[in-house]
Amino acid sequence: MADSYFRQTALAPLGLAAKATDAPGEAGVLMSEHPLAEHVNLRGDGASVEFLQVARTTIGYALPTEPNTVTEGTNSRALWLGPHEWLLVAPLGTALVATLGRGLAGRAFAATELGDARAVIGLSGPNARDVLAKSCPLDLNPKSFGPGRCAQTKLSRIAAIIAQRDDAPSYEIYVARSVARYTWRWLEDAGSEYGVAIVAG
Amino acid sequence: MKRREARLDVGGRVNRDRVLNFTWNGKPYKGLEGDTLASALLANGISLVGRSFKYHRPRGIFSAGAEEPNAIVQLETGAYTQPNVKATQVELYEGLEARSVNCWPTVEYDFGAAANLCAKLLPAGFYYKTFMWPSRFWMTYEYFIRRAAGLGRAPKEADPDIYDKAHAHCDVLVVGGGPTGLAAALAAARAGARVVLADEQSEFGGDLLGRRDVMDDAPAVEWVRKVVEELASFSEVRLLPRSTVFGYYDHNYLAIAERRTDHLHPKDGAGTPRQRLWKVRAKQVVLATGSIERPLVFADNDRPGVMLAESARTYLNRYGVKPGRRAVVFTNNDNAYAAAIDLADAGVEIGAIVDLRPDVQGPLPQKARARGLEILAGEAIVATHGRNRVQSVEVMLLSPEGDHVHGTARKIDCDLVCVSGGWSPTVHLFSQSGGKLTYDAGRACFVPGKSKQAERSAGACHGTFGVADCLDEGFAAGLAAAGAAGFTTAGISLIAPAVEQPGEAGLRALPIVPGRAAVGHGKAKHFVDLANDVTAADVRLAAREGYRSVEHTKRYTTLGMGPDQGKTSNVPGLAILAEALGKEIPDVGTTTFRPPYTPVTYGLLAGRDVGEMSDLTRTTPIHEWHAMTGAVFDDAGHWRRPWYYPRAGEDMAAAVRRECRAVRESVGIMDASTLGKIELVGPDAVKVLNQVYANAWDNLAVGRCRYGLMLGEDGMVFDDGVTARLGEHHYLMTTTTGGAARVFGWIDDWLQCEWTNWKVFITSVTEQWATVSIAGPRARDLVRELAAGTDVSAEALPHMAIREAKVAGFPGRVARISFTGELSFELSVPSSYGMALWTACVTAGAKYGLTPFGTEAVHVLRAEKGYIVSGHEFDGTVTPQDLGMGWAVGKTKADFLGRRSLDRSDMKRADRKQLVGLQVQDPNAVLPEGSQVVERVLKAPPMPMIGHVTSSYWSETLKRGIALALVAGGHARMGQTVHIPLEDKVLDAVVVSPVFYDPEGKRLHG
Amino acid sequence: MLLINCPWCGPRDEIEFTCGGEAHIARPADPAALSDQEWAEYLFMRKNLKGLHYERWHHSYGCRQWFNAARDTVTHEIHATYKMGETPPVVAGEDGVVKGGNS
Repeated sequence: MADSYFRQTALAPLGLAAKATDAPGEAGVLMSEHPLAEHVNLRGDGASVEFLQVARTTIGYALPTEPNTVTEGTNSRALWLGPHEWLLVAPLGTALVATLGRGLAGRAFAATELGDARAVIGLSGPNARDVLAKSCPLDLNPKSFGPGRCAQTKLSRIAAIIAQRDDAPSYEIYVARSVARYTWRWLEDAGSEYGVAIVAG
Repeated sequence: MKRREARLDVGGRVNRDRVLNFTWNGKPYKGLEGDTLASALLANGISLVGRSFKYHRPRGIFSAGAEEPNAIVQLETGAYTQPNVKATQVELYEGLEARSVNCWPTVEYDFGAAANLCAKLLPAGFYYKTFMWPSRFWMTYEYFIRRAAGLGRAPKEADPDIYDKAHAHCDVLVVGGGPTGLAAALAAARAGARVVLADEQSEFGGDLLGRRDVMDDAPAVEWVRKVVEELASFSEVRLLPRSTVFGYYDHNYLAIAERRTDHLHPKDGAGTPRQRLWKVRAKQVVLATGSIERPLVFADNDRPGVMLAESARTYLNRYGVKPGRRAVVFTNNDNAYAAAIDLADAGVEIGAIVDLRPDVQGPLPQKARARGLEILAGEAIVATHGRNRVQSVEVMLLSPEGDHVHGTARKIDCDLVCVSGGWSPTVHLFSQSGGKLTYDAGRACFVPGKSKQAERSAGACHGTFGVADCLDEGFAAGLAAAGAAGFTTAGISLIAPAVEQPGEAGLRALPIVPGRAAVGHGKAKHFVDLANDVTAADVRLAAREGYRSVEHTKRYTTLGMGPDQGKTSNVPGLAILAEALGKEIPDVGTTTFRPPYTPVTYGLLAGRDVGEMSDLTRTTPIHEWHAMTGAVFDDAGHWRRPWYYPRAGEDMAAAVRRECRAVRESVGIMDASTLGKIELVGPDAVKVLNQVYANAWDNLAVGRCRYGLMLGEDGMVFDDGVTARLGEHHYLMTTTTGGAARVFGWIDDWLQCEWTNWKVFITSVTEQWATVSIAGPRARDLVRELAAGTDVSAEALPHMAIREAKVAGFPGRVARISFTGELSFELSVPSSYGMALWTACVTAGAKYGLTPFGTEAVHVLRAEKGYIVSGHEFDGTVTPQDLGMGWAVGKTKADFLGRRSLDRSDMKRADRKQLVGLQVQDPNAVLPEGSQVVERVLKAPPMPMIGHVTSSYWSETLKRGIALALVAGGHARMGQTVHIPLEDKVLDAVVVSPVFYDPEGKRLHG
Repeated sequence: MLLINCPWCGPRDEIEFTCGGEAHIARPADPAALSDQEWAEYLFMRKNLKGLHYERWHHSYGCRQWFNAARDTVTHEIHATYKMGETPPVVAGEDGVVKGGNS
């Protein structure tokens, strides 16, 4: 579709697709850039049972109310960002903003599309946790941080959201679009001692 | 001196099958795998390794560890060179190169040793007293003093190594891998805790590596091996050998320097991090940092061959090196007898054991006596002899009070003097953690008092010296730490190995061992601090001159301020000071222990944040185009913004002139994506705008924009920008590039903390939108083409209007906002379309001569219009009235942030600095920004200044220099001539309106 | 490096936070009614205590919530953190001197 021809992810200039391998071999760290997606910043009264109930009806699953956790529905996921703030992630074309606008109409809320404001870097492999430990003060030990958890934190100098997807471990790192290249280079450099392979996002 | 092979045929932890070649002061030598540089030098019979800091006296290897004050060497050459490394801590590798420091031309024949001849002229504080007058010469003196003193040379080349940092979290951090630490780590690990065990040495075992202890009928090192093996089997245990815990900070945060490849030749360590800084957050900490043997302070106790007794034992047992052929042991305690016995067993002759105590009956002395070693109880060494190495000592009887010696001196030949003055617990980290020390008079040492953090000390650093006691205490501390971290410790099986622990009688603490002459008289020197050449006489002098505080004495005498940070000299120095002041040691107190415990490299502290990674950089979605077309970038708030786009052969001035002409005469294009953007959604959004902006927002229509000034509560302008009303309860605010985060934080703070029930949400959308500004008389022609389907006529889309529109076929917005004073359109699309939009504009604009322009042209163009810019015209000291922008303050608004401050009397002073234009009389002159403005030119500075130039440019439009300035009472000075004194001339300027161009705004509204 | 217990996210490193200075200073309801002196008290004057200090912190790299902390400015011990709008916990006497010490 013509649209995707014109649209660029933050890291498009790095030509990652051409460098991607499907045979990472011994690499301890696998890195990728995720494709564009809908990222909706949802704001509303997280202390209101009524708001949470209507939101649940609208998206088909409950928004997370436990700090730093993720809930998931069939076509989207919701990350806890704050007591009254969530990040909903869905494939392009889901039209989350419109859905939320209809479902939450008449209530105090804001649903803002930020999919273009972000880059999502995938980081996985046996040494993924070591690479994150170099840049981030969170305790990523499986006992305290596992699949289904997310956290906003500081990666080196970068404000980031980290979400763990599986036990590989695989992480998603959400950063502002403008710092994506710096983040990528930082992680690639930090991972170099373990071997880094670029894989498809 | 003839070189002797001092290596034993068997024994120690060295590998005799692996010979390593190294050079020392340019000459080749051989050592063994497992050696330190110090042990390899001793094995080669090298006793003289350096010259002392101040007197350039010959010095030898004094210890076997981190406390080494003498054997400071320069390692490697070129980019890999490292100054001030302790030979006792350098692991030998094939091809190692090292040299002495602080001597010239050679260590044997040192020119600076003349300083020793003038020693009488160099007492404590000599430099301060002598060279401070006349004061302006201090810099000159200092240069020569530092050169003469110099301790190694820093490399001139960039560091070629890679350094790394990592965070670690654990339940129990155990510092020190000796018997205590191993026991503690094992206990905590068995309880299930996440454990980090760090030790500065290449292998775990601590003092056990240098002793011949037997545990469970096997060498103790066998127990060490088993424990380490078991620890390694736990997935949640991290073992960090070659890792120094050098800092203990708030809330159990500790820093560890892990040396990963320092034990390899530089070329073998390439490509992998040389050192890693671990930043550890530990729930509980067990300090098992051991203890450091104290020397005795006696006459000429600094001669090469004088060595700590335990260190001599370590060289023998761990490295298989005899540190001498004939030794005299000089002690005040039982412990040193073990060294004497080990040395004797290895074939080192024992000339005598000289003991300050008159009555010596402990198990170890008895054993030595049974072994046939001569013990001279109640005697003292009063002199040492030998040029570059000790050749003999003289011993005399000590008075019962310990204040003088008497009788006939007996001369004993020896090439090694093993000294022991007792043990000082290594309390550095405990002290850094905030804990206070208490003095244990019996053992003459400081021990940890009450813990301030989640920490416990165990073993020798806790004043517990016997190995069996250390094991018990280690196990207990490890278990307690695990328990405190939330683990069940009941039923954890811990059986300490059977080990012999001979009892020890008390020591005899004597601050200074008397010599033939009184201290400070005669030729002999009683050294306290070998690294900095501080003597007992210096400390006494300080006391006589009125220094009462140990902190002041330290700085005056430089006691404990060398590369070893006084590890062997602090307590002896304190004892001498206390005695001189007639006080008890605890009343004098200790100096503060600060990180790092031992020196760390700058590389370690910098980590990976060097070169292009040294700071965050932010790029716009259009960055690649700018970079490929050769834009020069301007960094603002981490953003890399195009500054100007030079064409072939153009300098900056020419490029900026061309870009300015394009905007004024045809059309230009600028990437405005970096401006901050904040969406406000909700019925109370307008209340927020009314509070944070000085002007009123109630009547802004949907689809229209308004400019506003943001004030701090102090009434000062801190940001400005345009806010658009997108819908009934939906606004889009723009901020300055650098102010985006601050403005968002400012509003968010008020909403969270004061306006808690307002119905509004704010969201930063800076990064969601790519924004392109098209400016110039032909702008509408281009935008009409790009935004086909949207009426962009002056009637349909006037200045300060905004519409949703398809731009270049992409969903976005068109707005009439201008930074330049020209007809301007802002086109915004989601960032992923940014590059496509820009290239579409450039393609379509070619026929109009569309010219990309950068931030410098924007600055010139806005200055022509008198538009203010953050950091130039407003800097936190300027009110709207000062800027002549009273129109941007809502006169009828009851309140807004900063309003009350505008009514303070100081804000109404007529002589506040106010924004004006300056028209320099020489039209070709461009004032330097920051120049001071004066009313009257005096012959020479100082002269009263009335203001300063905030912006100044060559105006290509007006063909003259223009400037904006903040001038006291400026608004009342219109038409006045003021002066701007520069370095080589004085320029005269007329005060004019800050709006130089199109004051009616016809072009803007076109 | 302090370990700060964000009331929402739990203990996090100090580098994720920004300190906002003294807490519990409400903006006057009607600034225009205040004298210059009273306005200056609100705007400029702070206690700058040695010892127990109630102060604002912002979890700027985390959940972006403002909250309050009772911190000892000498020992850096943080006795409690609590959400905006909650009553400050009583930690020590009114003299501001921490009696409890570390535990």
